[in-house]
Amino acid sequence: MMAGALRELAADLCAPEHLRAVFDGRDSGSEARWRRLADLGLFGVLAPPEAGGVGLQDADFVLLAEECGRAALPEPLSEQAAVAVPALQDLAAEPAAAALLPRLVAGEARIAVAHPQNPLVNVPPGVTHWLLCTSERVALAATGEVGCVAAASVDAGRRLFVPELTAAAGVTLARGACAQAVGARALGRGALYSAAQCLGLAERMLGLAADYAKERVQFGKPIGTYQAIKHHLSSVAVKLEFARPVVYAAVTRVADADVRAEAAVSHAKLAAGDAADLAARTAIQVHGAMGYSWELDLHFYMKRAWALQGIWGDRNFHARRLQSLVCGGALGLGPDQTFARTA
Amino acid sequence: MALDLKFSPEQQRFRAEVRAWMSAHVPQVPLQTLESEAGFAQHREWERTLARGNFSMITWPREFGGRGANLIDWLIFEEEYYRANAPLRVNQNGIFLLGPTLMEFGTPAQKARFLPRMAAGEEIWAQAWSEPQSGSDLAALRATAVRDGDHYVLKGHKIWSSRAAFADWAFGIFRTDPAAERHRGLSFILVPLRHPGVRVRGIRQIHGEPGFAEIFFEEARVPLDHRLGDEGAGWHIAMATAGFERGLMLRSPARFQVAAQRLVQLWRRRSDAADPALIGRVTQAWMDAEAYALNTYRTASRLMAGGSIGVEASLNKIFWSELDLDLHRTAMSLLGAQAELLAKDPAAGDLGSWLEGFIFSLAGPIYAGTNEIQRNLIAERLLGLPRA
Repeated sequence: MMAGALRELAADLCAPEHLRAVFDGRDSGSEARWRRLADLGLFGVLAPPEAGGVGLQDADFVLLAEECGRAALPEPLSEQAAVAVPALQDLAAEPAAAALLPRLVAGEARIAVAHPQNPLVNVPPGVTHWLLCTSERVALAATGEVGCVAAASVDAGRRLFVPELTAAAGVTLARGACAQAVGARALGRGALYSAAQCLGLAERMLGLAADYAKERVQFGKPIGTYQAIKHHLSSVAVKLEFARPVVYAAVTRVADADVRAEAAVSHAKLAAGDAADLAARTAIQVHGAMGYSWELDLHFYMKRAWALQGIWGDRNFHARRLQSLVCGGALGLGPDQTFARTA
Repeated sequence: MALDLKFSPEQQRFRAEVRAWMSAHVPQVPLQTLESEAGFAQHREWERTLARGNFSMITWPREFGGRGANLIDWLIFEEEYYRANAPLRVNQNGIFLLGPTLMEFGTPAQKARFLPRMAAGEEIWAQAWSEPQSGSDLAALRATAVRDGDHYVLKGHKIWSSRAAFADWAFGIFRTDPAAERHRGLSFILVPLRHPGVRVRGIRQIHGEPGFAEIFFEEARVPLDHRLGDEGAGWHIAMATAGFERGLMLRSPARFQVAAQRLVQLWRRRSDAADPALIGRVTQAWMDAEAYALNTYRTASRLMAGGSIGVEASLNKIFWSELDLDLHRTAMSLLGAQAELLAKDPAAGDLGSWLEGFIFSLAGPIYAGTNEIQRNLIAERLLGLPRA
């Protein structure tokens, strides 16, 4: 239901013409999108009713993240609603966190999340706060307290900044082991919802390429009749089909922050990232020279897929973490372990 | 959207029961390959042992030798089966392919005649689809079944029939209407292999044993009631059988999860000398086996809720066959200079079975419909691309 509402929002306010405006540096209606996200209550999906939220679970958010990917939504909905809100909820005993939660849920406060695994941060329009996660502390800072340098992404839909993390900035919410646990869950959710966006992106690009293959005629036939094209696209469908359950399984573990959660999240990020990467690589090839042009919509989604590979732990981080868990012996292996809850 | 499972106390009890039974009954010494005559006999005996424990086909109704178990129980059973390193199922063509087909298309008399003996391991089945001139293009088949009174007279030549070298029965499709073309005029017929007019010749496979066979039908007579479904409906029924083959049951995820676990153990033994890139491939094998397991549980839940398997069967078949191949190729790389040793060579130690597994994995992308054909089906049925 909420996913359907987000899809409608995307059709109205995040269609290819809006993304074209983003890429051409024109006003794409970012404020209108942000207000509509707030009106739909999407910033409060994971927040409790006391904070004005809906009180749902990660399992309910994952389809929303897929829709964000499918639309290449420029605004960082996942980071605000599914990374920052649950983190502040964990720390709601701190007055500063409790006070900010309802304002984030209403969309009136806008937060960017700094994390060691995320040196480049996609910042919401009109950002008001930073959530700073380091290995020593978690802190909440007003925008003016955090020095920032703008960075330029190949994906113009991402408003990138590199925050300067100083030891003193903001109000400290947690230190030591507690800060590390909050940071680990933030990384888990950030990576998981990036993976979910990759599913949506892969599906979008596969659809674009399949549609093009049905229309484009060469040698007197639609190119989609040729096996070379069919086999490329089918390989994407296989990758996507088997990435999806991995993401849906990681959803049930992400709150645990144990080795099984780490393995599930890294697996999800790798599998969905690889599916989106293959979809991008295949879609541009199937579109031929058209796919290499700025006019075609494909590049919006392709560039988002590239960018998501690098955030909330890049491929190197997640591959090495999973390799060490699987081959190093920390993770129980074997067929009776798929749904096990202990290491 | 969440994919999780908390096993109920009954399911946990069932797992414990299977685990205990397997540990008491799985042969201590691995059986010889089921592609050899002696090995086939050993595997047939194992099927009978399973049947005595009422474990041969737990999802079947009790009247046919099963336990009426659901698909989640079946997955639990398979997990314990592969954990225990139990032998391969010599009757897989029967229990996993023909069994479900009989359940769907058979008459009550046919079910009563064939299913209990299949479950009991008394009759081992082979498949007889391909012919020398029709492999991927199955509808080009030429073998005929001509009515003569209350019998069909079978003529023709089937080839690459898995298990046929030593099996008792075969199922296949034959042209019952010589005037009809391609997919029409075919019928699904069950044939005894030790029978006048049926000649079987084993074909040596690349491992040197006769894993599959040619079957020559030289005016073999089989009663009309050995036809499954209506005359002329053979293609439709065969496609259902192929769906079972590519779909859920033939390759249960536990098989690959156990293999991936063994691969991780092999990597640990070899990591000092291994190409550092191999840890990525080892981990990928674990990831893919896990993804296949998760997807299978998802499919099982969907089926239990009344859904069906369509083109997903083709996605499945590509995924498990490529995962199996990649996994074994990685093992071969880790084994290095030792990889070429036959299992029977003492120097191979406990590592010789990797070679056998590798050779078998090469067949995966070919049998049950080549992966190229599956990719065409996915493109046309899932992505809506036009037929050539």
